[in-house]
Amino acid sequence: MARPGFFLPKILKSNAHQGEQPILSCADPKTLESLHWLACYLTTGKHMAFYSSFGTVLLLLAVTAPAALAFGFGGAMAARSGFAPLRWCGKGYTAIVRGVPDIAFFLFFVIALDQGFEWLRHKVKCPDWDMPVRQGSDFVVCDAAKMPLSSSPQWVHESYGFAIAVLTFAIVFGAFAANVLYGAMGTVPRAQIETAEAYGLSHRQTFWRILVPQMWVFALPGLGNLWMILIKATPLLFLLGVEDIVYWARELGSSKTAVFDFPHPDWRLYYFLTLLVFYLALTRVSEVVLSRVNMRLSHGQATVAGDAQRRAA
Amino acid sequence: MSCTQTIEDYALRSIGIGERLLPRSDFTLCEQVVLIGSGLIWNVYFGLLALGFGFILAVSVAMAKAAPAAWVRKPAEWFIFVFRGSPLFIQFFLFYETFVLLPKIGIDLNLGFAEITIETRWLTRAWAGALIVLFLNTSAYAGEIFHGALRSIPRGDMEAGDAYGFTGWHKFRKITFPTMLRLAWPAYTNEAIFLFHATTLVYFSGFPAWQQKGDALYYASYFADKTFNPFVPYPILAGYFILLTLAVILIFGLVNARLNRHLPQDRRQKLRVRPQVIR
Repeated sequence: MARPGFFLPKILKSNAHQGEQPILSCADPKTLESLHWLACYLTTGKHMAFYSSFGTVLLLLAVTAPAALAFGFGGAMAARSGFAPLRWCGKGYTAIVRGVPDIAFFLFFVIALDQGFEWLRHKVKCPDWDMPVRQGSDFVVCDAAKMPLSSSPQWVHESYGFAIAVLTFAIVFGAFAANVLYGAMGTVPRAQIETAEAYGLSHRQTFWRILVPQMWVFALPGLGNLWMILIKATPLLFLLGVEDIVYWARELGSSKTAVFDFPHPDWRLYYFLTLLVFYLALTRVSEVVLSRVNMRLSHGQATVAGDAQRRAA
Repeated sequence: MSCTQTIEDYALRSIGIGERLLPRSDFTLCEQVVLIGSGLIWNVYFGLLALGFGFILAVSVAMAKAAPAAWVRKPAEWFIFVFRGSPLFIQFFLFYETFVLLPKIGIDLNLGFAEITIETRWLTRAWAGALIVLFLNTSAYAGEIFHGALRSIPRGDMEAGDAYGFTGWHKFRKITFPTMLRLAWPAYTNEAIFLFHATTLVYFSGFPAWQQKGDALYYASYFADKTFNPFVPYPILAGYFILLTLAVILIFGLVNARLNRHLPQDRRQKLRVRPQVIR
């Protein structure tokens, strides 16, 4: 990637929303009454982009959570493997994220992944390129290997940025999920496994039919915590250069002079208060849902909670 | 330029001592190690002070949340919910904007007999503003940990205290507080590690670095931006933070040993360190 600062939000700023006329009769905002003015102000094209960026955050959560779970499951399986190098890989994967601030990982992986992809494409597409890829402070690959191609439209660039962000989130949170799942697999009562073996189930069958269905209830508190942390990590999208809610809150809230259609002083505080309320609501809803799921999963389990349900029924 | 020269120039750069300009080209490994290490001073500063002040508030919040009176309990519950339920990143932004909106010159307070002006400008600087946010944030997290520990104090311990005639402050000081601390300590160790990791967010949120005096991550990303090579500065940063984490584990482990010294060997609580991600 030979575009320094590509991931800084200001470069990514799209021009798509400028010049759009707000709906309602907002043709000349300077003449409007206060309430009507507010209604017009809150429905400008930029505000619509702001509202849809809430969707971006939810989309990130919806895509990242299963991806991280898959990474975590793979990591936990590798860490339990009987084949030593694979086991070291699994353990190393979970260990490496500990002890280092995750924001460093977010900043690191975005550049590292991007350069990694471009380097791989460079090797495949331009085998007869004779200059070194790293020239001093520059990272130079042939034009055909650029990700995405410099000729591709704006939305490809934006979705590539988003995809890199999702992958980064999945790798980092996958390590934590691997840790949780590894612990949960070890917590399933030994007797359950022994019973399965006594019935003549193979190793693979024991794993998929006995261990995996039973481990979720042990993994749930940890995964629930992880979900909460994932929610609270989403504002970091802003650092990864995606136009998310933090980007729009800063953009829309900053003071606007009379040159703009809707001049106002510095309102960033109110925009950030909105974000705060959004996140508080999201955590509250998650708490309620998680406690429901926990109840559901405890059903019929050989645990205290499961026993309590049996007695109540 | 030799490495000792670099250390002289940049070892205290993050607090404004030494060379004024950051290196601009031909970065040596030594420069990166020294400058990122210099930034670590700020991480330690934020972490230590927030943890120290936060401990006091956290214990108070935990006691308040356990109080039977609703007018004490409710504010503590809301405090914990708001700070634990929202991202630290947003909290930084929010506080920074609030501090910026405060009048630039200061607030005039009329006390009747004299008029004093409270300076507010320093609140927008990271050393004070970000410290306040981190302090409140860690208080909420640790408060929840302490509250959990408070609830899991064995009933027998409290009954024994009653039987010996302990009451009020004396009972709190001799029985409730030490037991709570002992039960909460492993979780509190994790919270301390979290907090040190969270200090890296300071210069990436609202608070701007003034005269390029930043923390370790600020310098690491400076190098990554300039050299376009993340594979050197970030591993250096990671190395520093692993050392910092080990130091925290060592110190908290010593305290843990002291808190558990009266227990038989097999009932002592081990520290289980599982640092987690961003809040």
